Amino acid sequence: MISKKGVSASPGVVIGPALVLDTEEYRIPRRTVAADQVRQQIVVLEEALDASRQEVNDLRVAAARKLGEQTASIFAFHEGVIADPKLRDEVLLLIRNNQYTAAYAFAQVMHARQKLFQNVTVEYLKERVRDLYDIEKRVLRHVLGRAREDITRLTEPVVLVTHDLTPSQAVSIDRDHILGLATNVGGQTSHMAIIARMLGIPSVVALNDITSDLGGGETVVIDGSEGVVVVDPDPATIDEYREKQIRLSRKEAALETLRDVPAVTRCGTPIAMWANIELAEETGAALHRGGEGVGLYRTEFLFLSADRLPTEAQQVETFRQAAESMQGKPLVIRTIDLGADKLLPSSSLGQEHNPVLGLRSLRYCLRHLDMFKTHLRAILRASVAGDVRIMFPMITTVTELRNAKATLADVMEDLEEEGIDFRRDIPVGMMVETPAAAMTAPSFAKEVEFFSIGTNDLTQYTLAVDRANERVAYLYSPHSPSVLLLIRRVLVAARRHKVAVHLCGEMAGTPEYTQLLLGLGIRRLSMSPQDIPSIKRVIRSTTIDECDQIATKVMRLDSDRQVWNHLRSQLAKLPLEESA
Amino acid sequence: MTVEREVVIKNKEGLHFRPIMQFVETAQKFTARILVRCEDREADGRSPMELLMLVATQGTVVRLFADGDDATLAVETLVALVETGFGEV
Repeated sequence: MISKKGVSASPGVVIGPALVLDTEEYRIPRRTVAADQVRQQIVVLEEALDASRQEVNDLRVAAARKLGEQTASIFAFHEGVIADPKLRDEVLLLIRNNQYTAAYAFAQVMHARQKLFQNVTVEYLKERVRDLYDIEKRVLRHVLGRAREDITRLTEPVVLVTHDLTPSQAVSIDRDHILGLATNVGGQTSHMAIIARMLGIPSVVALNDITSDLGGGETVVIDGSEGVVVVDPDPATIDEYREKQIRLSRKEAALETLRDVPAVTRCGTPIAMWANIELAEETGAALHRGGEGVGLYRTEFLFLSADRLPTEAQQVETFRQAAESMQGKPLVIRTIDLGADKLLPSSSLGQEHNPVLGLRSLRYCLRHLDMFKTHLRAILRASVAGDVRIMFPMITTVTELRNAKATLADVMEDLEEEGIDFRRDIPVGMMVETPAAAMTAPSFAKEVEFFSIGTNDLTQYTLAVDRANERVAYLYSPHSPSVLLLIRRVLVAARRHKVAVHLCGEMAGTPEYTQLLLGLGIRRLSMSPQDIPSIKRVIRSTTIDECDQIATKVMRLDSDRQVWNHLRSQLAKLPLEESA
Repeated sequence: MTVEREVVIKNKEGLHFRPIMQFVETAQKFTARILVRCEDREADGRSPMELLMLVATQGTVVRLFADGDDATLAVETLVALVETGFGEV
């Protein structure tokens, strides 16, 4: 039994068998090709065999030097198999005769060998099947390039253990089969973590090398609440975590009872509780948890889950469905926020040295007007189905905002000419998530109907910290005095210009921040649906006076550690309303 | 010309990685076609994969076949290699 500490990404406890991506079989995306692609598959195979052979040769030389000839002979054998003419002929035959892809043909041949080997009873030879897996994986890695495994075709519930999950993998997570997640890298605000929380999948990230501690199939415990993973737990430990599971679900049930009570402070000030969602289907969860609106609908996931760009009709359908299911409550649709870590699989955005500062989000949209206009058309067409509002992300200059608004006006004109129904007075807002936008909030306030403060990116850009880089993640704190000053600045500008403002981002769903945010003047919070009950509990236990005092005190502190300690102690003092 | 000989695997771990690669490297020095049979399984003498699949453990009897100009020398050399336990015994 080993226990590893990482960073809590999504709360809850789960116990299940591990599926380790990277060491399990590769999943082959395509099995056959058209007749005219056979030649190309042969080339792919030859190149992969050459590259693999070179790789193993390097390993052999290094092993001979460091570990001795005995170990090196293993790699000599691997090299021999990769260069094996009989093996190669067999694979080529399958590609030529059956039009198999290089990957599928090679895997078929290797699987047949592995299967035969499973009947071997001699222990030390039996072990050699591992080498066959190893060879297969190496060659397939070269055949498939950097193509990632497909986790959409799981057949039994597992705890997924992996180096990292790309956003497109994260969106294809199927909660019936993925009980929990453990990753080597990542942080609390990486997209994988956000999605895990939204789906209620207990997860631990930043475990460094969890993938090398597991082979797959071991029982693991994921304690997402504490950020702990236990590999091969003993029976006593399993019992302990089973009990914890039960305790947590009781607590969850207790918070449920807060769903229908209003989010009003003890002194009678109502606070609007809105929800952040990624998928149209989540509007249900948002309302169910007591959401009074959706303050952030992240449309890019619609783009990430498909292999190609969704058509206008598909987008209209998705947005319309979301708008209708909101039952008249506001739905703020954020226009595509792609780029940085959220690359479109279907289109290459090219390599950028510094993608977070690169052509992403609205910048990308303004450069790809066809795609952007289609997207805006879809939002406008869906606007008749409910209280739809539109929000532009990642804005740094007023010119950018004006360009976006001009594009929107163009699209409206087109729709009018075509006689297509839409809401002409659709409210237009923007994310305030760059220090530039926060600093010049007064100028922006004259141009939009609402602001949404995106604290995740605002923190990242203000502190110059990559939130997914575990080596600098310790510097990432939304309660840093610099970030708080920017937030206050935005609120002052909004108040002066009578612009509505809400705050989305992880900060909104973290109970420690609630009183501070109310004290700074926030009256509308948008958060993950599952955070609504616990935030509501804080709101119902405090008064605006208390919040004002906390904010005043915090704005005088000069280190994020002091701020955090103060916020924690103030939260602890709160007479949190006992739920039924 | 076809030459055929029987030989017993002597080394403790049977035909595993190192012996296989020694066998293959030796076989590659000849032009004759070389086959190895072990019970109902058959391997090309130059295919590490097929040789591994023979699962020839210590004490197993294998039959070597060579077909070609240098068949005799090939079989003699390979038999000697197997009989000396690939230098491991």
